[in-house]
Amino acid sequence: MTAGPMTAGAQPLTFVRREAVPAAPPPSLVAGPLAWLRQNLFSSPANAAMTLAALAVIALVVPPLLRFLVIDAVWTGENRDACRPEVIGRPVGACWAFVANKINYFIYGSYPIEERWRPNVFFVLMAFGVGWMLWLDAPKRAWGALYFFVVFPVLSYGLLAGVPVLGLPSVPTSLWGGMLVTLLVSLVGIVASLPLGILLALGRRSRLPIVRLFCVIFIEFWRGVPLITVLFMANVMLPLFLPGDVTVDRLVRPLVGIALFSAAYMAEVVRGGLQAIPRGQTEGAMSLGLSPWHRMRLIILPQALRIVIPGIVNSFIALFKDTSLVSIVGIFDFIRTIESARVDPAWAAPTVVMTGYAFAALFYFVFCFGMSRYARFMERRLAAGQTR
Amino acid sequence: MPTQLPADAPPGPPRVSPLYDPRFRGAAYQILLLVAVGGVAWIAIGNAAENLRNARVASGFGFLNNTAGFDVNQTVIPFAAATSTYGTAFLVGLTNTLMVAAIGIVLATLLGFVVGVARLSPNWIVRTLATVYVEVLRNIPLLLQLLFWYVAVLASLPGARDSYALGTSVFLNQRGLYLPKPLLAADAWALPIALVLGIVGTLVFRAHAKREQARTGRRLPVPAVGLALILGLPLLTYGVLALMGIAPVALDYPVKGTFNLRGGMQLYPEFVALVLGLTVYTAAFIAEVVRAGIQAVNKGQTEAARALGLQPGPTMRLVVIPQAMRVIVPPLTSQFLNLTKNSSLAVAIGYPDLVQVFMGTVLNQTGQAVEVVAITMAVYLTISLVTAFAMNLYNRRVALIER
Repeated sequence: MTAGPMTAGAQPLTFVRREAVPAAPPPSLVAGPLAWLRQNLFSSPANAAMTLAALAVIALVVPPLLRFLVIDAVWTGENRDACRPEVIGRPVGACWAFVANKINYFIYGSYPIEERWRPNVFFVLMAFGVGWMLWLDAPKRAWGALYFFVVFPVLSYGLLAGVPVLGLPSVPTSLWGGMLVTLLVSLVGIVASLPLGILLALGRRSRLPIVRLFCVIFIEFWRGVPLITVLFMANVMLPLFLPGDVTVDRLVRPLVGIALFSAAYMAEVVRGGLQAIPRGQTEGAMSLGLSPWHRMRLIILPQALRIVIPGIVNSFIALFKDTSLVSIVGIFDFIRTIESARVDPAWAAPTVVMTGYAFAALFYFVFCFGMSRYARFMERRLAAGQTR
Repeated sequence: MPTQLPADAPPGPPRVSPLYDPRFRGAAYQILLLVAVGGVAWIAIGNAAENLRNARVASGFGFLNNTAGFDVNQTVIPFAAATSTYGTAFLVGLTNTLMVAAIGIVLATLLGFVVGVARLSPNWIVRTLATVYVEVLRNIPLLLQLLFWYVAVLASLPGARDSYALGTSVFLNQRGLYLPKPLLAADAWALPIALVLGIVGTLVFRAHAKREQARTGRRLPVPAVGLALILGLPLLTYGVLALMGIAPVALDYPVKGTFNLRGGMQLYPEFVALVLGLTVYTAAFIAEVVRAGIQAVNKGQTEAARALGLQPGPTMRLVVIPQAMRVIVPPLTSQFLNLTKNSSLAVAIGYPDLVQVFMGTVLNQTGQAVEVVAITMAVYLTISLVTAFAMNLYNRRVALIER
């Protein structure tokens, strides 16, 4: 190869750069926010069109929503006048004063005011039990289960319904209402359905044909019908099936329906867990000489229940949402209190309905979203052992 | 070394006390269960019979032939309060349920697939928007959503006099959505026949194109031909009929009167709210099913398809989606079932579906709780079981055949 500069002749070089040229900034189309925009949002005409459409949707939805929920909202007030645009002379968004005014009704329903410490204690007991069950590293989780499935239900029944002997005046269930009933119904659903669901799941995997058939029919029956028909059935048929002089509390009827209904769904979740346990576990337990009962209780169930925790939480979310249906059969749950509060003439204002629904949606969303995050977290944690 | 039995072991299986014989135990448990269940059922039925006798409620299914005497405002099949029977009321409810379910399933599937694909979009804004949609709507009870659409949105629309109008023939007000109603002329029977012929022709052509491609590798323009057949044939028929001087389809436009709108097709607010709520709610679940299905297809499949030179579009259509469908279809069907069962929430907003008409009005009028509940549940159970059966057949067909 010929050396380039040499051929130019003997002329001395007049300019030699002594320092490096400062680095040019990266082209804006490769790095930085503009490039991110280009790569992610405007990579092709179709993509750009989608971005614009999505932005249009956001622009259409978000500002009115913000204006309604926050900017134009009314935060304080004693009655409907606070939330009537012709009275306060400006457009009115959400009437949060209505929620603030009715909040005790939404929480306790018509539970007597001087006795409302009892639902409060119930909420604390419940939070304690739920925390104990959901926190996997909590101490003495077996005691936690005993507390949650036996002690807590008995205790809360006595607490809420009253034990006159102990100085707790009895409160008829017709006065219970609001979030108290919503939480109560979902709790009864989970407390009753988990043991029943485990039994059904075991029965469905049993070798005994009649037991298996019975469990399959039970599970498929409840899973095949809508909950609302179950609630109607519990309402009209439960009193029929009992002797004429026995009356069933109006709150207990849907509870029975919900317990049976959710037990069927729970059974399918648990069965999934049982099927995921390798056969070697049973065989290993057999070779150690464990009896069938011990095999199930000490080896299979603990592993199976552990892996179905996300499934259980997910079916609890479904149950929690479904409890809103009890309002259709006349139980004063949270939705029903909203429905009856929104027609209160003292709060007759145009945006009260929307506010009530927004508040209810927020309540359900916070609970369900929180639980679904927990299920997601558990899934990842349980999968941690499997990832290499 | 072969194991040797002790010399004094009796021949045959070891004898154990029946108490520890698994077969005996199993039989005992099952008999116990049968006796317990049978006993409970016996007592319950006895109680029910006595209670019904005391309440003087008739039994049996004869009431289905009695005159109903109540009116239903939205029916698919004709229903008259004065003459129609409870049996007809049952059919009215059933057809209404099936209609809402069918419309809801179609709309929810469309919306769900769009949102599900959007959740996997490389476009950050689209993806986030889809995620927010799914998370918000999945976590709010359907009942609340129905009440929201019915009470908060549709009831706050203006009255008939100040209807929102889209053009001159579509109106929206408190009493529902008014659309022009297509009326098929009596002698225009050729039109639906042309449509059916078009669809059949497309199916035949598609089968032919598949064979042709398998034989020669040549691809025939199926979408273009199909579109031409399905749209073209009816249009051609329409043209011919018009030339013959017959107006095959007339539109009955809603007309604004003084107090109400007359004519056209009225979709009641209950119906609109129910379809809207079911669609929007179920679509969130379907979106998750679709997302999971697409993600379940191994990334290597996409990469291999790209390596073979397939464009992104055909990669999705020919490689990813067919494999994803195997994962998607079973949970998708269960979402369809859920939608059908959830349509029973119609009772909360007063749409006359099976539960509202039959388990509500008919049960209250006749008091025959056992029969009414049994019939209603049997309907839903039948729908569920038939779907489950169809699903098992499908699963057997598409199941991955492994070595």
